[in-house]
Amino acid sequence: MSEALLVVAHGSHLNPRSSTPAQDHADAIRAAGAFAEVREAYWKEEPSFRNALRTVAADEVYVVPLFVSEGYFTEEVIPRELRLDFDVTDWGSDGTSADSVTLRPTDVDKTVHYCGPVGTHDAMTDVIVRRAETVTGDSAVGEGVGLAVVGHGTKRNENSAKAIQYHADRVRDRDRFAEVRALFMDEAPEVDDVTDHFESEDIVVVPLFVADGYHTQEDIPADMGIADDDGYAVPARLDGHDIWYAGAIGTEPLMADVILERAADAGADVDAEMRISRAPTAAADGD
Amino acid sequence: MSDADPTPVDALREAAADGVDFDGLTVARDADGFRFAVPDARYDGLSASELADAVDRHRPHVENWLFWHQHAPQRQAEWAFLRWVERADDLSVPERDARLRDADGITREWGQVAVTARAAEGGRRRYELRHVDDADADRSALTVHADPHEARRLRKTDDDGDYRPLSTAPTLPHGWVFVDLDPAAAVRAVDGLYPATVANWHREREGTLDVTHWHEAVSRQTGIYGVVETWDRGDGHDHVNWVAEACCDDSQCLKRREWEYDDETPLDVDGGDRRSPGSRPEADDNRTQSGDGGTGVFPCREPCSLVIAAARKWTRLEAEQSRTYEFDLTPSEKEQVEAIIDAVADGRAGEIRDADTGDDANRYRARYLRAKLFDDAGNLCGVPTDADE
Repeated sequence: MSEALLVVAHGSHLNPRSSTPAQDHADAIRAAGAFAEVREAYWKEEPSFRNALRTVAADEVYVVPLFVSEGYFTEEVIPRELRLDFDVTDWGSDGTSADSVTLRPTDVDKTVHYCGPVGTHDAMTDVIVRRAETVTGDSAVGEGVGLAVVGHGTKRNENSAKAIQYHADRVRDRDRFAEVRALFMDEAPEVDDVTDHFESEDIVVVPLFVADGYHTQEDIPADMGIADDDGYAVPARLDGHDIWYAGAIGTEPLMADVILERAADAGADVDAEMRISRAPTAAADGD
Repeated sequence: MSDADPTPVDALREAAADGVDFDGLTVARDADGFRFAVPDARYDGLSASELADAVDRHRPHVENWLFWHQHAPQRQAEWAFLRWVERADDLSVPERDARLRDADGITREWGQVAVTARAAEGGRRRYELRHVDDADADRSALTVHADPHEARRLRKTDDDGDYRPLSTAPTLPHGWVFVDLDPAAAVRAVDGLYPATVANWHREREGTLDVTHWHEAVSRQTGIYGVVETWDRGDGHDHVNWVAEACCDDSQCLKRREWEYDDETPLDVDGGDRRSPGSRPEADDNRTQSGDGGTGVFPCREPCSLVIAAARKWTRLEAEQSRTYEFDLTPSEKEQVEAIIDAVADGRAGEIRDADTGDDANRYRARYLRAKLFDDAGNLCGVPTDADE
């Protein structure tokens, strides 16, 4: 039975970089040979979610949302637009534990394995750590260093904050960083006061956003107070701290691996050898 | 051809057991041996070696059969698209064979993309894609691509480097060529430039295109787009006519709109007799056909996300009531205002030459009008937007 991977992402009418992570990860997965057929679909770009499944040749399609949290898009928009008879209770999730459900779309004769978003997969914790390594250029970063995991946060969806908190807790449990905090743009504790939350001089700030755009490149740097005419410096000096701001985590190449983990968890025949790049640091710290 | 591939004779001999009937070639096997026929020749009772001779004599027919059953993608939409590219429904096998072997190959236009099929070894095809305007350009003047997946990045910006959120806008960039694509790669590249167009075009040909009309599409919306449904609560569907005229005209999108207001209420955007100054004659020709949703080769099966997003804005704007304002304008000033709206609507504003003050939408003319008629708060003729301001 042939299998395809369909990465579904938000995309944008205005920001050409919005779809770049989905495209990059799809290319990496294709190049690794993990799936013979890899496609993307978007809410705001093309192919639309509505037209996506008909562009896929395979009979079995693993649909992985490149979204940070469970909520409106994963529970309502994506299943509706893909014409899946999905009920959120099918996932039986507590807000961060959606795995996958097998469904039959109404417009094509295919089997769809609809997976939870990449953002709540356990492997995302590895990506956060990897991101901290990349932005500091230190593969052993952690000792004496604070880590802020930053989310959008919204009062409309409690799961938005849950995903951020979930990974912050998991990183903290590794005892690798001196301090780990979950901070938010639109709810407390806010990223505006980032230095208030840390005693460590060096603070790595990793925003859990899929793509670089207004939020990650302008809002958050401005909120923190590290924005300058050219964007922001890395590190940026702020109130006696060095802020290592990582930009959207979705652009991290290791994200491709989380996409594959989602599909593999749902039963896809993904050869472990074909996976992109299991983080050596993740293996080392035993997670 | 790789070692693993069967020779045409072997493949045909094997297929003969079930019978072959394709593009004028019929082959069967019965008690007397093989039967082999093409439109101008027929052989009965052939031995295996005589079958091989017949294959040699009519090689284009056999290689054509082999290509379409062995090498072309077998998925219906892709198969049908590639058949369409080489006009398989119109041209006989010998005609196609001759044209595919010619340096020009066979070219068809898919939106702004010229897809060219040419013969390769063993009856196979190779495909080349270019912007239609670059059809005659020297290859060395173009950026050469071989990976079909690069197409979806290439389509993201226009010639000026501006982002193209709508892949089927008639602003595909120039200056590239995809070369030496195998059949599956050719479809992949086309789908990268114009996503899902092949699949929906094929559905339409098969009579199974699932059109979602405007009212159903907006009724489905939730979240910030849920408000658009309220726009349908008034009488009539003029608002949707205006949306389609604004967004779906061939000058804006190369898809052919197949959706209407609902399945009983077609849109009637015919553009009337209004001819915008400065617009190209052919654009106006298309406009007269916009009641049919444009002239594109591939269909549009439902309002796209750009239309829905714009409709959200219009839903809010159109909730306002009209008011009567009084402005004193000279006749030329009134026409100038109209010309400026036309120039912006037709995407022409940036093309007007700096010193062409004869053009009503010229920048200096607009600046003069603003200097003369706007007050310090930017109100036209000093008339406030809200009377109580």
